[in-house]
Amino acid sequence: MSLSHKNLLKRIDELPLPQNMKDALHDDLAEVEVTDEEFEAIAGQVVEDFDRAQVVPCEAVGVVAAQSIGEPGTQMTMRTFHYAGVAEINVTLGLPRLIEIVDARKIPSTPTMTVRLDGEYARDRDLAREVAWSIESINILHLGSIATDLAEMNVLIELNEEVMAQRKISVEEVAERLSEVTKLIVGRQDYTLTLAPKESSYRDLLQLVEKIKNISLKGVEGIKRVVIRKEGDEYVLYTEGSVLKEVIEFEGVDPTRTKTNNITEIAEVLGVEAARNSIINEANDTLREQGLTVDVRHIMLVADMMTCDGEIKQIGRHGISGEKVSVLARAAFEVTVNHILDAAIRGDVDYLKGVTENVIVGQPIKLGTGHVQLVAKR
Amino acid sequence: MKKFALQDHELVPTHIILTSEEKEKVLEEYGVGAAQLPKIHISDPVIKDMGDVVVGDIIKIVRESPTAKQSIFYRLVIN
Repeated sequence: MSLSHKNLLKRIDELPLPQNMKDALHDDLAEVEVTDEEFEAIAGQVVEDFDRAQVVPCEAVGVVAAQSIGEPGTQMTMRTFHYAGVAEINVTLGLPRLIEIVDARKIPSTPTMTVRLDGEYARDRDLAREVAWSIESINILHLGSIATDLAEMNVLIELNEEVMAQRKISVEEVAERLSEVTKLIVGRQDYTLTLAPKESSYRDLLQLVEKIKNISLKGVEGIKRVVIRKEGDEYVLYTEGSVLKEVIEFEGVDPTRTKTNNITEIAEVLGVEAARNSIINEANDTLREQGLTVDVRHIMLVADMMTCDGEIKQIGRHGISGEKVSVLARAAFEVTVNHILDAAIRGDVDYLKGVTENVIVGQPIKLGTGHVQLVAKR
Repeated sequence: MKKFALQDHELVPTHIILTSEEKEKVLEEYGVGAAQLPKIHISDPVIKDMGDVVVGDIIKIVRESPTAKQSIFYRLVIN
C-alpha cells in the first residue's frame, strides 16, 4: 500500500534533514507512489548520504575557510576604483573592499546606499526624481552662482529661479539657513542675496565664500549625490554617502528594501543579524564581481565569527585573533614582543589547548584524530 | 515620520523569544550553558523593537540560508 500524501509530508518532516532537502525529497516522492517500506529505504539512504556529506567533528573549518577565501583573493585586482558605467557612483571593489569588510571598518572608503522606492514612486520617473532631490544634500552651487564684490566688500549670490522651483526651495529658506549658519545679516533683492563679513578684509571675504559653499541647504547632510537607475520595471536610487537612519524615513522610500554598504551602520540601525547578512552579501558580491566563486559556507563562517559577540569585530589583531586565550597563539600572529612581555609581567599561564601553541611546543595538535582522547566508560 | 517593524526589513531574519521550557530544551539539545551561546546586546535595535526582552533571555533566530533554505540560530541576550 502506498503512503497517503499527508502521511508522506509528516514522515518527511520528521527526518533530520535541512529544509531544502526535505522539499526536494517531497517534490520527487509526490510524483511517484511509494510504499511504507520503499519510503524507509529511500529516506534511510538520503539521511546516510547527508550525514556523510557533513563536516566531521574536529575538522579545521576555519583554516579551510581562510584558504578558500585567501587563494582567490590573490587573483583580485589591487585597483581601488571602478566606474560602473558613465556618470555613475564610484565604489570600492576588489581586494581593498574585501579587506574593508573583514577589517570591519567604521566607515568604508566609498559609502553608498541602494534606495528602493515604494509603490507609485518606483514606477514613475518624475516621482522618483522628486525623492532623489529631497534626499540629496544641496549647497549654494546647485541653486545658482556665488561671486565676490570687491568694491562693496560683500558676497553676491545669484539664485536661479527655475532651479529653485524644481528643487522646491524658496529664497526665504535659503536666506534663513545662510544667516543661521554664518550668523550674519543676509540682504535680499529678488533672487539676489548679499552677505558681508564682520570685518571687511579680503581674507575674511574669501573665507566666507568657502564657508557658504559648504553649507547644506536642504536634504540629508552626507548624501553628496543621488543617481536614478532603472532596474527591471522599477526606478532605484543610488547615493554617494550613506545615512541609512534618516533616508529610510523619507516619503516614498521603501524602508524594508533600502540598504547601505556600510556594515557598521547596518548593525546600528538594523541589528547584528542584519549585519551578518550584510557581511555575507557584500563579501559574496565583491568576489563574484571579480569572477571568483567561493562557497558561501566559508563566508558564512567568517560572518558568524565576526558577529558572535553581538557586535561586529574585525578579523585581526583587534578582533578575533587578538581575543585568543593563548599567549603563544597571539604572539605567533602579530606584535610578538608586546604579547610575550605583557604576559610575562602579568604572569599569564598558557594551557596549550589550541592548535598554534601546540605546534610551537611540538605536541600533537588538537585537531581531527589528535583531538580524540580515550574516555573510560563508567 | 514613518514607522516600520525592523523585522520586516529584508536583511533582518525573524527573532523569537524563547520561553523558559524551550530555553532548557535548547541548552540540553546542544549540551552547552547559556553563556556559551552567541550573544546579542539588549541595546540591539531589533531587541529594542521587540520590547519585553530581559538580559538572560534566549532569542531564536530563523535565518534564511542559501544552503539549507532555513537555519535556526540562538543568541543569548546580554548587556
